[in-house]
Amino acid sequence: MGERFISIEGIARRFPLAGGKVSTVFENLWFSMARGQFVCVIGHSGCGKTTVLNILAGLDAPSEGTVIVDNQSIEGPSLDRAVIFQSHALLPWRTVMGNVAYAVSSRWRSWGRARVREQAQKFIELVGLAGAEQKRPAELSGGMKQRVGIARALSIEPKIMLMDEPFSALDALTRGTLQDEVRRICLATGQTVFMITHDVDEAIYLADRVVLMTNGPDAKIAEIVVNPLPKERRRDDVHKHPAYYAVRNHLIDFLVARSRTFADEIRAGRSYDPRKPPELIPSTPGPVAVLSPVRAAPSIEAVEKRSGRVP
Amino acid sequence: MSLSLGFRAAVVSIALFAVFVVLWQIGTGGSGSVAQMDPEYAKRMGATATTGKSAMPGPFDVGSKIWEHLKRPFYDNGPNDKGLGIQLGYSLARVLIGYLIALLVAIPIGFLIGMSPLMNRALDPFIQILKPISPLAWMPLALYTIKDSSISAIFVIFICSVWPMLINTAFGVASVRREWLNVARTLEVSAIRRAFTIILPAAAPTILTGMRISIGIAWLVIVAAEMLVGGTGIGYFVWNEWNNLSITNVITAIFVIGVIGMVLDQILARFARLVTFPE
Repeated sequence: MGERFISIEGIARRFPLAGGKVSTVFENLWFSMARGQFVCVIGHSGCGKTTVLNILAGLDAPSEGTVIVDNQSIEGPSLDRAVIFQSHALLPWRTVMGNVAYAVSSRWRSWGRARVREQAQKFIELVGLAGAEQKRPAELSGGMKQRVGIARALSIEPKIMLMDEPFSALDALTRGTLQDEVRRICLATGQTVFMITHDVDEAIYLADRVVLMTNGPDAKIAEIVVNPLPKERRRDDVHKHPAYYAVRNHLIDFLVARSRTFADEIRAGRSYDPRKPPELIPSTPGPVAVLSPVRAAPSIEAVEKRSGRVP
Repeated sequence: MSLSLGFRAAVVSIALFAVFVVLWQIGTGGSGSVAQMDPEYAKRMGATATTGKSAMPGPFDVGSKIWEHLKRPFYDNGPNDKGLGIQLGYSLARVLIGYLIALLVAIPIGFLIGMSPLMNRALDPFIQILKPISPLAWMPLALYTIKDSSISAIFVIFICSVWPMLINTAFGVASVRREWLNVARTLEVSAIRRAFTIILPAAAPTILTGMRISIGIAWLVIVAAEMLVGGTGIGYFVWNEWNNLSITNVITAIFVIGVIGMVLDQILARFARLVTFPE
């Protein structure tokens, strides 16, 4: 797999329950990713995706195991790892400029006012918010708020971007635009991204690799799907790629059924090494995939409802 | 027909005030001269007996008294005859000193309680017991230990205004959104900078609410405190004029106390608006 820029090594997270019992969200989780990779994590609510992201961010600590980033085990949060929060987490008493400048001045404490503003301005323009610098978050739409969150994360020029369902609160149109921009910016800057999503299409469009997590408690990384789509992809023709529906069906199958039954598969004798979750490329579109009518793209929520699993 | 709400409200307010003044005038006006009274007796008893006029001053007596005070707010004819401005100055000075000391104590301790669950639990019983004590109950203790009536009044103001600020600060600090703190953590912001750039602005609206409650209570308590300690201040003025049986002055003072209280509240409301952020 090449360079291990981020290496999650045998982490576990347990919470004490009332009555002295312990709830294990996940244990013995192993995963690594290379510099410049875009990884999406997919799984049902409660499988511990956000916990993994928080541990990567340093906001949470694993009960066991370590996470190594750039050859150093992480001890708490770091400016090298920027987080884009699902709820955008902007400071409402600061303007757009104030929010981004706050991050910039935290990163480079010796910088003067003018230099901080210049750097902040650069990233505000990058996400297309030029002209809105003096607005406060309350005056912005949901999409614009998330843009500020992205500008704030990018402005500190992190080694890694961690995104926790960054677009899930946005309408479909805004989501599409922002996906395009995140993809463009990350490709241009060679950013390493770890992103949690609920949206299969989002994962296929953005990710180099998709990590599939089974349902918690005791969640596992069932598989790592290597995205067969070329690095150069466009939103409007990504679905024309021969492997597109193979990937898509694989991911949806996993979410609908296998995320739940994977534990049974292991119990039934399936070989599974938590240190090396299987990597696969669902590339060959079988006749079924070709002949079956194209389904409308359901989100995971829709799939969950259809299969009677409302989270 | 589209007069603004503010204008219509003002019309109603003025009408209500006019009705009040008229009723007041009727209620306190004389009932005509009483016939057949010994002139010597009438001379000694004054208008109350001769014309049936109430001892209660009418609105115009009070109005002219207020005007008189406004014309000469700062005269000083000795200990028991000072202008209203001087008396108010004493009261305001005591309130502001006591209030500022309370502010300096309440905000840091409030931060401590809000940030540390341990200190929150540890200090809670003290706060719960001390908070409901009437501030005037401290007065004898203050007089005995401080041995200065004016400083004792300031202490009473301190002790009554510290609790709302303390409790509101602790609450505001404790309920700063986790995500904002996480932003600071991922940006590796130092604890001091975090306190000033995240927690303080996030908790400021709640803290200001506490400060507004406190100034209101302080202004309520100063009148009572000065009645007890005497000497100077608007509270002393009220009690002194009661002893002089000058109801006109008492009513004047009541009116002025109300106006100053409103002004203090409005000043803090203005500050509160400055730090409030829309979400």
